[in-house]
Amino acid sequence: MSQDDTPVLSVEDLRVHFHGDGPVSLAVDGIDITIHRRETVCIVGESGCGKTITALTIMGLLPQPPGKIAGGRIFFKGQSLLDLPEEALRKLRGRHIAMIFQEPMSSLNPVFTIGNQINEAILAHETLSEDEALQRTLQLLQDVGIPDPQKRRHAYPHQLSGGQRQRAMIAMALACGPDLIIADEPTTALDVTVQAQILKLLQGLQQKRQMAIQYITHDLGVVAAIADRVYVMYAGLIVEQGTTSHIFSSPRHPYTRALLDSLPGKEKRGQRLYSIPGNVPHPAYKPTGCPFHPRCQHRQPKCARFFPTLCDYGEGHRARCPILYESEGTVGGRCEWKNL
Amino acid sequence: MLSFLGRSVIQKTITLFFVSVVSFLIIHLAPGEPSQIDPLNPKFTPEIVERMRKEFHLDRPLHIQYLLFYRDLFTGKTVSWRDNLPVLGKIWDRFLNSLPLFIVGTLLTWTFSFPVGIRSAIQRDGPYDKSMTFLAYLLISIPGFFFAYILIILVVTELHVPVIGMESFGVTSESKIVQIMDRIWHLVLPSFLGATGGIAVLSRYVRSQMLEIIGQDYVRTARAKGLAPERVYYHHALRNALLPFVTMFGLILPGLIGGSVIIESIFSWPGMGRMAYEAILARDYPVILTLNFITAVLVLLGTLISDLLYMLVDPRIRL
Amino acid sequence: METRPNHAQETIVDDAYMPPSLSPWRETWRLLRQNSMALIGLVIFMFFFGIALTGMLLTSGDAPILDPAQIRLQEKLRPPLARPNLETLQPAEVPELGIYLLGTDDLGRDVFARMLQGAWVSLTVGFVAVAIAVAIGIFLGGLSGYYGQEYIQVIQIVMVLIAGVALWLAATHAWPGAVFLAIGGAAGWLLYRRYAGGSKKSATPDALRWLSRPIMSVDTLIMRLVDIMLCFPSFFLILTVVALLPPSLYNIMVVIGLTSWMGTTRFVRAEFLSLREQDFVAAARALGISDMRIIFRHIMPNAVAPVLVSATLGIASAMLTEAGLSFLGFGVPPPHATWGNILSDGKDFIFDAPWLTFAPGIVILVVVLAFNLFGEGLRDILNPKLRKRT
Repeated sequence: MSQDDTPVLSVEDLRVHFHGDGPVSLAVDGIDITIHRRETVCIVGESGCGKTITALTIMGLLPQPPGKIAGGRIFFKGQSLLDLPEEALRKLRGRHIAMIFQEPMSSLNPVFTIGNQINEAILAHETLSEDEALQRTLQLLQDVGIPDPQKRRHAYPHQLSGGQRQRAMIAMALACGPDLIIADEPTTALDVTVQAQILKLLQGLQQKRQMAIQYITHDLGVVAAIADRVYVMYAGLIVEQGTTSHIFSSPRHPYTRALLDSLPGKEKRGQRLYSIPGNVPHPAYKPTGCPFHPRCQHRQPKCARFFPTLCDYGEGHRARCPILYESEGTVGGRCEWKNL
Repeated sequence: MLSFLGRSVIQKTITLFFVSVVSFLIIHLAPGEPSQIDPLNPKFTPEIVERMRKEFHLDRPLHIQYLLFYRDLFTGKTVSWRDNLPVLGKIWDRFLNSLPLFIVGTLLTWTFSFPVGIRSAIQRDGPYDKSMTFLAYLLISIPGFFFAYILIILVVTELHVPVIGMESFGVTSESKIVQIMDRIWHLVLPSFLGATGGIAVLSRYVRSQMLEIIGQDYVRTARAKGLAPERVYYHHALRNALLPFVTMFGLILPGLIGGSVIIESIFSWPGMGRMAYEAILARDYPVILTLNFITAVLVLLGTLISDLLYMLVDPRIRL
Repeated sequence: METRPNHAQETIVDDAYMPPSLSPWRETWRLLRQNSMALIGLVIFMFFFGIALTGMLLTSGDAPILDPAQIRLQEKLRPPLARPNLETLQPAEVPELGIYLLGTDDLGRDVFARMLQGAWVSLTVGFVAVAIAVAIGIFLGGLSGYYGQEYIQVIQIVMVLIAGVALWLAATHAWPGAVFLAIGGAAGWLLYRRYAGGSKKSATPDALRWLSRPIMSVDTLIMRLVDIMLCFPSFFLILTVVALLPPSLYNIMVVIGLTSWMGTTRFVRAEFLSLREQDFVAAARALGISDMRIIFRHIMPNAVAPVLVSATLGIASAMLTEAGLSFLGFGVPPPHATWGNILSDGKDFIFDAPWLTFAPGIVILVVVLAFNLFGEGLRDILNPKLRKRT
């Protein structure tokens, strides 16, 4: 069972640049992500920090130009995706890696019925008879909890509610039984109650189908609910990674702490909610040194001059902040400043 | 559905009424009467002018004239001031002449615009797109008759074949096949000319529409499903990009009359556009007004058809 | 080491680490420089504008330097770059340049001089026609977009009808009727204002209440008007009207203007409709700013971009229309030379003197192309989707 050890997805030092006019945007600035089988991994961060770009790059859907993969490698079950020709990549998409998008309304084609669109996803990769494909479509619709699939498959996207649309999207992603699903903020556009239903659905499906999920979100509440491991992203960098309990109980990066501080909670009742000052920097105008230092409460002069490396806290828990490592550093691991 | 149809027919009838009033007023308020068009012409003796005025009700008040004119129009009794022939019959003859030109031109336009526009959009900013864009602007910007003359010079000096009119002189004595070939040959240049401008405009429109759609989220979804690029473009994107063109399809009807004045004049093509031109020259008001009325009917019919077509192809619209 | 939050450092400039913000004009200029086609269009347009201006100076006045009207029958149909035959010419007839740059026409007139004169005329036709169309378009479109929901009452229609009939009577010199109607109408209006209308609805006598009944909204009225105008095939309409009116430069400009305002109206309306729902307009209204100020200070500047684009494209199309009218013999009458009538005069000599066709033809093509390229480029540049930097 050596194949079991190969991660489903492993991203190594991925760099994605955008060339417009003016300075180059370093949208993704050297990130490493590993996702194992049956694992749910969350990528968390404010909007504009490169989460979606990462997902699109993995899918091979990065618009090029203006985007450009400037470096790094992506392996899917040991196979290097960036070296694959487009045709082979296309056969992988939808079949082995599927994606769920943020806006179910605009992500479904308005002029085709949902049954039609799910059917299409099946037939794009498998040679099945019409009838078999139809049976699969009905089964999928049933699996994602759309009532009366026989009738609903004739519905157009605009005739469904937001939650049902997202269920249809999920059915489409599941069509060929993928090994990895990349979900890009699938619940952001939905009501809170519907959100919980969709999350539950995803979790159930994952257990049933033994697939890995890369879940992109800015909502730490969602992370706490579903994630096995978490990557915190800021300005195109992974600033902290670890298991969900590490991240929530002993965060080691000021950004993660700030994110957690800005969550409302029982114990904070009556207090003023914390908000991180300032904005995410534009990817073409990032500060030198640690990209978070202008907004950081712990910053020191050298933060602007040196680029921080990941500090190891053991058990896969790493954070990109030597300042905190030095002040709170636990045993083991190592950490250093990298010269600019 | 039916109530929509009923409402829009009523609305369009009201619009048509106002169009008829406005066109009637434009014609009749302009200085100069047809009976005075050429006071020096010896054929126009005062008696004849007087008789004409009587015959065409020009001595009656304006609103009576209006009613009489449209009564005659609807009963098919309107006659041309120039030759006393029934207007509707004349228009029908000319319409049959214009029809092949219109059909060939429209077919050329629609068959060429789409591939060109779609390919430009898919290969955006590539060499093909850039050259097609420039060509399109060139064709939009060239005065139609200037372009026609360039073509005529080329054809006449290089091929030594006549291109004017609908058929060559004396061809009626030839065999049927020669006659048909002759007809087709005469059709080529004017319809090509009529189509170039249309292709230029329409292909630009197709391109921008396609580009708009290619940027949509659902096209990204289609690619994320692992569909082949052809299927992404021609099934998912094109189907959506086509929606607005259904609207345009209804609007080509009025092109039957308005679009061909210059081309038909250059090629001496005895069609509707030329008829309109001749009628304007001769101040043949019944013909002008009738043509105008027919065009308005065509426009309104066209918008009605395109509304209905739109409902048919866009599942989001249900009335 | 100090690890507690350092509050002294907490001032953070929001704009730091963001792209430098440019003023709208700088931004437009920056985008324009990247759009080579639009830039070429703009350069050609500027060049053409200069030519037209110098052309007007050189060819007008009592003794123009280049006389476009000078007839030299002995020098007719000379090819471009031909030298005048000095022996057969009177001293006054010798062209100033000593050469026929673009040849001569069938009357021996210098085509170059005529083209120069035509440049200004063509430009005027384009600009004035479009100015008329845009003015009408902005007015009606703005009215329809901003006040579209107001209703027109029966009394207002009645008053307009009375005024119209009075004017009509005045125009046909039926003075007594006109005066009677005008006075009667005014009196009726005053009485209506005195006894009905007004703010106190209950005070309106039942017999007069129908007068204040709303008929249709302003928006409906204007849009139906647009529909009506769109029912006329535009070139056919222009042709008809131009043919009926006495031939003159002004009539052509006015007619082209009066028949091409529908497009502008439609999108100015659309722009106003979407802008008036925006928060900044609501905010302005909440501050008690007057409608006029909201329209001209807050909405108008945002609607300028599409108007500019359609105006640029409109000039191109007006110049083509003028050429088409000239070709059919309804163009700007002599002695004005326009590119259209030089071209249409030249068509009779197309095999003997092709320069008479090609000189104006190519110039029209280039200038119209320049306007089109610039207009389309402007459309791309002003497109908000493109204005965001990546």
